[in-house]
Amino acid sequence: MKLGILINEGPYTHQASDTAYLFAKAAIEKGHKIHRVFFYNDGVYNSSRLTEPPQDDRHIVNRWQKLAKDHHIDLVVCVAAALRRGIKDENLQEGFRISGLGQLVETGIQSDRLVTFGD
Amino acid sequence: MTEATGGIEMEEDTGGKVKKFLYINRKAPYGTIYALESLEVVLISAAFDQDVSLAFLDDGVYQVVKGQHTKPIDVKNFSPTYRALEGYDIEKLYVEKESMEARGLKEEDFIVPVKVINTAEMADLMQSQDVIMSF
Repeated sequence: MKLGILINEGPYTHQASDTAYLFAKAAIEKGHKIHRVFFYNDGVYNSSRLTEPPQDDRHIVNRWQKLAKDHHIDLVVCVAAALRRGIKDENLQEGFRISGLGQLVETGIQSDRLVTFGD
Repeated sequence: MTEATGGIEMEEDTGGKVKKFLYINRKAPYGTIYALESLEVVLISAAFDQDVSLAFLDDGVYQVVKGQHTKPIDVKNFSPTYRALEGYDIEKLYVEKESMEARGLKEEDFIVPVKVINTAEMADLMQSQDVIMSF
């Protein structure tokens, strides 16, 4: 199945991004394809290159980056939500890209299922 | 709605598919950004010629209440935008009856025409959709 993922909460404060990551990994292991992960609301913070968690903690941003690289997942950060929150190309982690909300609607159209992770 | 897209050109690669999109709004219009950012997605989806519906449940029913006055909290009152949805052919707005009544609201308290449906009908509505986004 072709899946789209929407993440509406930031890393560490909220479990949404963790659950989405574990879901994506499990889905890929079962043979499904993740078409795109779209980061919206505070979810845009999952793309900050400046993120530095303590060494004994999971690195949520880099974990997404690696999963995307290994499985060709399109990581899209909403431009309007990002600009509001100070996420720009200069502090965007490699592997993510900033684009418009149209990409979210398109994910809904193109995917067999769009799964939302949020509050 | 260049504000939401940041002026970036959208690739409308929809392959001519029309899906039923339902946007579920559960939170009060102010206090958190969810209502506003939900509305921004709704407006964008209009550009994709999809079959769009909106549902208001829980405190989300306050989003479409008339007479919002936000000046004292220094936040933009975006409720008039709901009235503009008609111009984008988004006319299917549903309010859950139980949520409305629990908050002492009536059908005439809303800024736009809405269809009031009960929880069971809301479940049927959700069942009939292809894509549901909840904010």
